[in-house]
Amino acid sequence: MSELWRLGLGQAYQGLLAKDFTAEELVLDCLDRIKATEPAINACLTVLDEQAIQQAKELDRLGPDPQRPLWGVPLTVKDVFSLKGAPTTAGSKILENYLCSYEATVVQRLRQAGAVICAKTNCDEFAMGSSTEFSAYGPTSNPWNTQRVPGGSSGGAAASVAACQTPGGFGTDTGGSIRQPAALCGCVGLKPTYGRVSRYGIIAYGSSLDQAGPFARSVKDCARLLASVAGPDGLDSTASTIPVDDYLNPAELDVKQLTLGLPKELWSASFSPEVETVLQEAKTLLTKAGVNLKEVSLPSLKYSVASYYILASAEASTNLARYDGVRYGYRAPDRSGLAELYLSSRSHGFGPEVQRRILLGTFVLSSGYYDAYFRKAAQVRRLIQQQYDAALESCQFLLAPVSSIPAWPFGSFTNDPLTIYQLDMMTLPLNLAGAPGLSLPCGLGADGLPVGIQIMGRAFDESALLKAGSLIEQVFPPIGTPEVKAKE
Amino acid sequence: MVEMEPVIGLEIHAQLKTKTKLFCSCLVDFGAQPNTHICEICSGQPGALPRMNAKALELAAKAGVALGCKVNNRSVFSRKNYFYPDLPNGFQTSQLDPPICQGGELSIAGPDGPKTIHLNRIHLEDDAGKCIHDEKRGRTLIDLNRAGVPLIEIVTEPELNSSTEAVEFLKKLHGLLVRLEVTMGRMEEGEFRCDVNISLKPKGSDKLGVRSEIKNLNSFRYVGQAIDFEIKRQTALYESGQGVLQQTLHFDTARGETKTLRSKEEAHDYRYFPQPDLPVVTVDEQLIRELQAGLPETPEQSLEKLAALGIRDEVAKLLIDRRGALEYFEQALLNFNEPKRLSTLMTELLLPACQKDAIAPTESLLTPKLFAQLAKLIEEGTLGRRAAYELFPELFQSGLDPKELAQKKGVLQISDSSALEALAAQIIAQHPKEADKYRQGQDKILGFLVGQLMRSSRGAADPKRAGEALEAALKAQS
Repeated sequence: MSELWRLGLGQAYQGLLAKDFTAEELVLDCLDRIKATEPAINACLTVLDEQAIQQAKELDRLGPDPQRPLWGVPLTVKDVFSLKGAPTTAGSKILENYLCSYEATVVQRLRQAGAVICAKTNCDEFAMGSSTEFSAYGPTSNPWNTQRVPGGSSGGAAASVAACQTPGGFGTDTGGSIRQPAALCGCVGLKPTYGRVSRYGIIAYGSSLDQAGPFARSVKDCARLLASVAGPDGLDSTASTIPVDDYLNPAELDVKQLTLGLPKELWSASFSPEVETVLQEAKTLLTKAGVNLKEVSLPSLKYSVASYYILASAEASTNLARYDGVRYGYRAPDRSGLAELYLSSRSHGFGPEVQRRILLGTFVLSSGYYDAYFRKAAQVRRLIQQQYDAALESCQFLLAPVSSIPAWPFGSFTNDPLTIYQLDMMTLPLNLAGAPGLSLPCGLGADGLPVGIQIMGRAFDESALLKAGSLIEQVFPPIGTPEVKAKE
Repeated sequence: MVEMEPVIGLEIHAQLKTKTKLFCSCLVDFGAQPNTHICEICSGQPGALPRMNAKALELAAKAGVALGCKVNNRSVFSRKNYFYPDLPNGFQTSQLDPPICQGGELSIAGPDGPKTIHLNRIHLEDDAGKCIHDEKRGRTLIDLNRAGVPLIEIVTEPELNSSTEAVEFLKKLHGLLVRLEVTMGRMEEGEFRCDVNISLKPKGSDKLGVRSEIKNLNSFRYVGQAIDFEIKRQTALYESGQGVLQQTLHFDTARGETKTLRSKEEAHDYRYFPQPDLPVVTVDEQLIRELQAGLPETPEQSLEKLAALGIRDEVAKLLIDRRGALEYFEQALLNFNEPKRLSTLMTELLLPACQKDAIAPTESLLTPKLFAQLAKLIEEGTLGRRAAYELFPELFQSGLDPKELAQKKGVLQISDSSALEALAAQIIAQHPKEADKYRQGQDKILGFLVGQLMRSSRGAADPKRAGEALEAALKAQS
């Protein structure tokens, strides 16, 4: 068979079980696709070709196993997931030569499910950013237009899946880092409920907000990926013990009985004309299909950006204290004293955005400022949680845009962090609420760039969310596969 | 010059007696080669997350219950942020508000009778690793075996007023926590160490002076020395009109002096905030009840109980202070319910023998049951007191049955009255002159006759009953 890389995850899995092709054939095809597209998009920081081929051979030796929901399926993980014996950099120079000594729970579960991890994908340094431009290893390009960013921070994961390097991948979402790049690259991305997926072994950014989730080219494929990793974990005390639903066989839901709430605070933002057009068309299509759309309000959303940047930066400032040049990672040559070692290693090892957030986080936690910033932000977070739950009393799900602008040209906001922080307005309220959300493409703009839309549901009800997502996915026109062209 | 009075508060760190660390399953083992008990969690690898050691939580709650604290059903871990090479995460995981235990007290002997020292709080936290400075080669090595070891920090109110009180408090607290098996308390290993906060104020005033904090003292002697030195130093500063600066001090044990570690300006801003990787710490009422029920008696309670049994204070204190003595006593009591006789016999025979062999009574071959039998034999008059004392070393070493051994040695007392009567008649017949003297009213001569009877019985007769038998025989013949 040719062009196996074009297969969606579910199709590939069925083909493997039916022995239409072997795991090794599929993995080799995907590795070839990676080789062919990497010069154009730079989505991968490490390609684990030898490991992957060996693993595929081993799987083939054992034979297809229908008990393993990802048997033989090639995948990628964002470079914040610990993978034993592989470099794990989080896109930072400070971890340039760092080799992991243990494996993240997600990685372990993917292996148990039979997946073959082929590459570790690029991201903004320590998952801080919305474009992958803050990766210390160069930005990833958008497969639809390589002059443009893929979004971020899981931009490598989104670009890789959109460019069909592998049929699925895992990223993390702290303030939109799965949903926004999925939207800008035209693939599906799911941020599960906080605590649904173990954080063990995932390099932390904002611990109370970070959540791992899948990328794929269909909602169903995302469901299969989530099913393989969700659930309690003795190694992560914040992982929930609420039972996991059967995401592959959800309860029946009729599109005509769907009521979606549209938060007016998000829909009233100013959109670029291309995005505006596609979003309006999407609403029309949904209404035509019989979906009931209604306006809802979450008045505190206007404080969400400020609140998020205080909370996430505060946690980040201490999560990143361990990168000190003492035990591992980058150590600056200046060792004239302990303070010098710290200052120099951290000043040279961390990039500008990470330093900005460490400073911000350190400031808001400082004695005398804690009450004015951190405590207030925590209060806003609770308000948003309450308003989110209240909004879901009058509808089943919320529907919102993911980004007010399409993928932008490199360098557009490099010196304007505040503008780019504001762009997160669409995605980060969901992280503050701790609830699950699914971003899926709803069309291509006149500029040929994908536009995404997200639906958000109740905590720990990913099953209903995924079902509703696959219903509305069928309402929107398929956007096709980008023809990846190298940068000119 | 106004008379100044020291005000002292203590912060005690006690290492909890757990097999594994507070947030991972690495062993707590100090003798080990450096960095052999570490994992991704306690060495601060990227992505690793802590998970709570339930045993540590239980021990912290137990300390709180024993010290009369309010054990909070819900408490929170916070990150205490600072940089140091022995701190792998760049923060210590500690508790700020609320801690696991609040309030509580422990009383000590004060200058004017018992004095209650109130506790502010007890909280859980993890220990740091260890820096080893290699001066010769100008480098620092780091051992993370200790990183993540569970500690409780016990904070007192500033209610101690002298080094004597502070040391007495610490000794008592140490004894209690060791007895409860909350900590091993090996001070030379740093398992029980303390920071001393100390200031001076004019006697009678409520207003506290500027305090200094002496860090990390790991012996009772150093605590006493450091406090005395610091009182002198602060007094001299006040007397010369300079006043005390708020600072953190280190006690130089070799010179017996405190030295500045850092000034107030250099104090850390720890940027405490709730640790997002750990859920709220919960202790349910059921556990608190179980801990309360399982608490051993306090020395005060034991003393009270022994006093109620009619046991003298000195004897009671001996039973309480000697390891295993009280337990032995209580077991013996089950077999022979004569607390006064038992305890006296213990202090006269058993405790000295145990001390000589450096063992606890409970480790002796002579079981409490056998010891009770011995006391019983004496009480019944079956075994003479002197014979018992002579027999004891062998009993203690062998753990043999006292009655059997006494029988074998032929020292069992003649309590059979016909045997005694026969002996008495025999003695009177052998000493007619003395018998006559007694009959003529020389009562004292009876003692001589008793002595003769004892000798002829080889000490097996009860002297009191021998006297009675002789008296009866003499009177009958007169």
